[in-house]
Amino acid sequence: MTLLRPLLFPLIAVLCAFLVGAVIVALLGDSPIETYRLLLGSAFSWPDGIGYTLFFATPLIFTGLAVAVALRGGLLNIGAEGQLYVAAFVTAWVGITFANLPAVLLVPLCCLGGIGAGAAWGAIPGVLKARFGSHEVINTIMLNFVAIALVGYLTQYHYRMPGDPIMETAPIGGGAHIPRLGAFIPGLPARIPLNAAFLLALLSCWLVYVLLWKTKWGYEIRATGQNPAAAEYGGVSIRREIVLTMAISGALAGMVGINEVLGYRYRYYDGFSDNYGFTGIAVALLGRNHPAGVVVAALLFAVLQRGGVPVDAFTQLVSKDIVLILQALVILFVAAEAMFRSAGRGQRAAGSSGQAVVGQVGPSTGSGPVSGGTI
Amino acid sequence: MKLELRGITKRFGAVLANDHLDITISPGTIHAIVGENGAGKSTAMRIAYGFYTADSGEVVINDQVRDIRAPHDAIALGIGMVHQHFMLVRPMTVTENIVLGAEPGSAMALDLRKAAANIRALSEEFRLAVDPGAVVEDLSVGQQQRVELLKALYRRAELLILDEPTAVLTPQEVEEFFAILRRMRGQGKTVIIITHKLSEVLAISDHVTVMRDGRVVGHVRTSETTAAELARLMVGRDVLLRVAKTPAQPGASVLTVRDLSIAGHDDTKRLDTVSFDVRAGEIVGIAGVEGNGQTELIEALAGLLPASQVTGSMVFGGREIRGLDARRRREAGIAHVPEDRHRRGLLLEFSLSENAILGVHYRPPAVSGVGAVFLNRTAIRRRAELIIRDFDVRPPNPELAARALSGGNQQKLIIGREFELPPKLLLIAQPTRGVDIGAIEFIHRKIVALRDAGCAVLLVSAELEEVTALADRLLVLNGGRIAGEVDPARATHEDIGMLMTGGHVPSRVLKGHS
Repeated sequence: MTLLRPLLFPLIAVLCAFLVGAVIVALLGDSPIETYRLLLGSAFSWPDGIGYTLFFATPLIFTGLAVAVALRGGLLNIGAEGQLYVAAFVTAWVGITFANLPAVLLVPLCCLGGIGAGAAWGAIPGVLKARFGSHEVINTIMLNFVAIALVGYLTQYHYRMPGDPIMETAPIGGGAHIPRLGAFIPGLPARIPLNAAFLLALLSCWLVYVLLWKTKWGYEIRATGQNPAAAEYGGVSIRREIVLTMAISGALAGMVGINEVLGYRYRYYDGFSDNYGFTGIAVALLGRNHPAGVVVAALLFAVLQRGGVPVDAFTQLVSKDIVLILQALVILFVAAEAMFRSAGRGQRAAGSSGQAVVGQVGPSTGSGPVSGGTI
Repeated sequence: MKLELRGITKRFGAVLANDHLDITISPGTIHAIVGENGAGKSTAMRIAYGFYTADSGEVVINDQVRDIRAPHDAIALGIGMVHQHFMLVRPMTVTENIVLGAEPGSAMALDLRKAAANIRALSEEFRLAVDPGAVVEDLSVGQQQRVELLKALYRRAELLILDEPTAVLTPQEVEEFFAILRRMRGQGKTVIIITHKLSEVLAISDHVTVMRDGRVVGHVRTSETTAAELARLMVGRDVLLRVAKTPAQPGASVLTVRDLSIAGHDDTKRLDTVSFDVRAGEIVGIAGVEGNGQTELIEALAGLLPASQVTGSMVFGGREIRGLDARRRREAGIAHVPEDRHRRGLLLEFSLSENAILGVHYRPPAVSGVGAVFLNRTAIRRRAELIIRDFDVRPPNPELAARALSGGNQQKLIIGREFELPPKLLLIAQPTRGVDIGAIEFIHRKIVALRDAGCAVLLVSAELEEVTALADRLLVLNGGRIAGEVDPARATHEDIGMLMTGGHVPSRVLKGHS
């Protein structure tokens, strides 16, 4: 039961969101049951529904993990979007530049290139915070614009094929392609882009879990996130942790490029991200900053994304924006839950007659690295 | 005003905070409510103030049963409360703070002049010496407390509830504060003071109610009781109020501090050319009003201040440690019990096990496996269990979050963790702040035992009684300088208080020169 309790509130939040969504659909004059049947039915059909849902979930697992790791370390990484763009571009660049290498070398090289680029891009706001105390929220947001403009420029003026009407690079070498899961699973056609990156996403969840809870490095990241002053007292270098955490977060966000470039389009396609970096914040929030929770939350958001299309097509009055509404409602209800819990904690602290210990709830507005520590 | 609590019961979840309390406060008296942390005294008073509502029982004021549902009901009935943590808006003036929530004048025009005049009159009546025009953040802590008193008086409080009012005051300020309380009593006000300092109870109150585990266990006239009796009632057994220790057998110098200065953020010196030694097997105490450099001294020695702020030399075990970070210093054998356990000492959301390895979490036995990277659960749990057993941490469950423990048990966990190092030098600040009497006795015994085992101890405490009882030598800090070294066995609190506030003391208590 204690294992299930953390799942209870997110579950309630999702149910509430669907209930309110049903009211909205009803008010529009359409049938909620029919809408949800279309939404969920298409997401769980075999093979297209499930295949695409898992494919959509892949980038969200990476970005959800990225945000979750940062939050565990007391940092709010709103820059996953920029990190994944830079990483995806570098992934493609390696795949183009070293196109002649054999797969056994090229695939790892592309992956490492992307992961390294994501880590480096993520580390920038980390360094800025550690060195100058500038807040990572501002810097990660700003670096998103820089990243998107930078890779757009490189694509347009340096890596676009002559005469190609689409903003995309030349294709990567064949050795850089990673297999689609249709190659191994009977009944799953190869046209469905679900690829090996999905397995890598699940592996990453496990690795993040081990890192955070089983190693001394994770202990230091979590200690810094929970109470930087106490971590410092325990001999942890807060500055180092800030840079390290942001680099890990950026690396995870950067792995989106593996799914996109090596497993799906086999080139860098400008503007490919459907706000994965930002949805990752919601995924981490709903998943309680835990890798297992991130997987479940990413799947939920992928179901909504996949199910939106038929809702748009087959209902009279409901557009696919119902998906956005449902996503927003889920976030609202999750946030409301956090509010209830922090209010409850404040009460308890006041009741314990000693020093009130409300300091930890809610995002800190100060310059300390505790922002959003308890989201 | 006569206040009675009749059969008050209040439950927080599984905890019975107040169990059929019956307390009668006679009008025009100063009434102390004492008890250990968690005894339920604050809860009872918060019920009287309408902050909580009781599950059962009634609040009776001047023989009339009253339904107090919120603080504004209590205020309307003439009850005021001053909290331990002041509720003042720091950038605003005294007058603005006092009228907040009861602004005079019409909805459009705030008439502060009349309010200021009223406040001035009240301040003079009780000789509080508070300027209504002063900005709160420019006031000393003692003055801020008087603003809180004025706030209650301005709302025509006849009965004042004061929650641990002396915790933030210097000995001199405490005396002034008590004089104010006596003047209030003289004007017919009734005062309830919640505290755990028995000497103050004996000095100021007319009656004492002792609480333990949510129940009233004694109600006595102050003139007819002693500190020992009150302590026994509070704890439920005989308590040794004096620290039992033999004279120190100091060995060689373990820590040699020379001309240590610490720069503040605003070009002021938080510590100014301080020099002293701590020898093996002795406890050197540091007394001083809080904010006179003690915090910075301990943090500098522990390696928690940026090197750029610190000048001078700190030699530990024959080695200059200025260049070492906190981790290297702990490895060298410097343990540190920080003054603020919530801010520095604990990871409140982490388990006791995880807290038990803070500072040594990166090296065996806490880690094992390839490259000593993986946390060794078994070893960590064993260490936590050892500390829990040796330091009597309750409840004894290593998987519990540190937040769930009482202050005293949190402190025992930290002390246990640091003693386990084991240290050659112990830096220990405010070791018993917010800790129950029973646990205080225990912690004091452990510190003396560590000294007797040959450890050098540097002790900072705002409690004069504690620092004089424990220290073998006592340094007094004032304004970042050592104002003098005194013999804790011979100096009176008044002598030390004089040094703390920059006054002069007779040379008989001074040792050598600073």
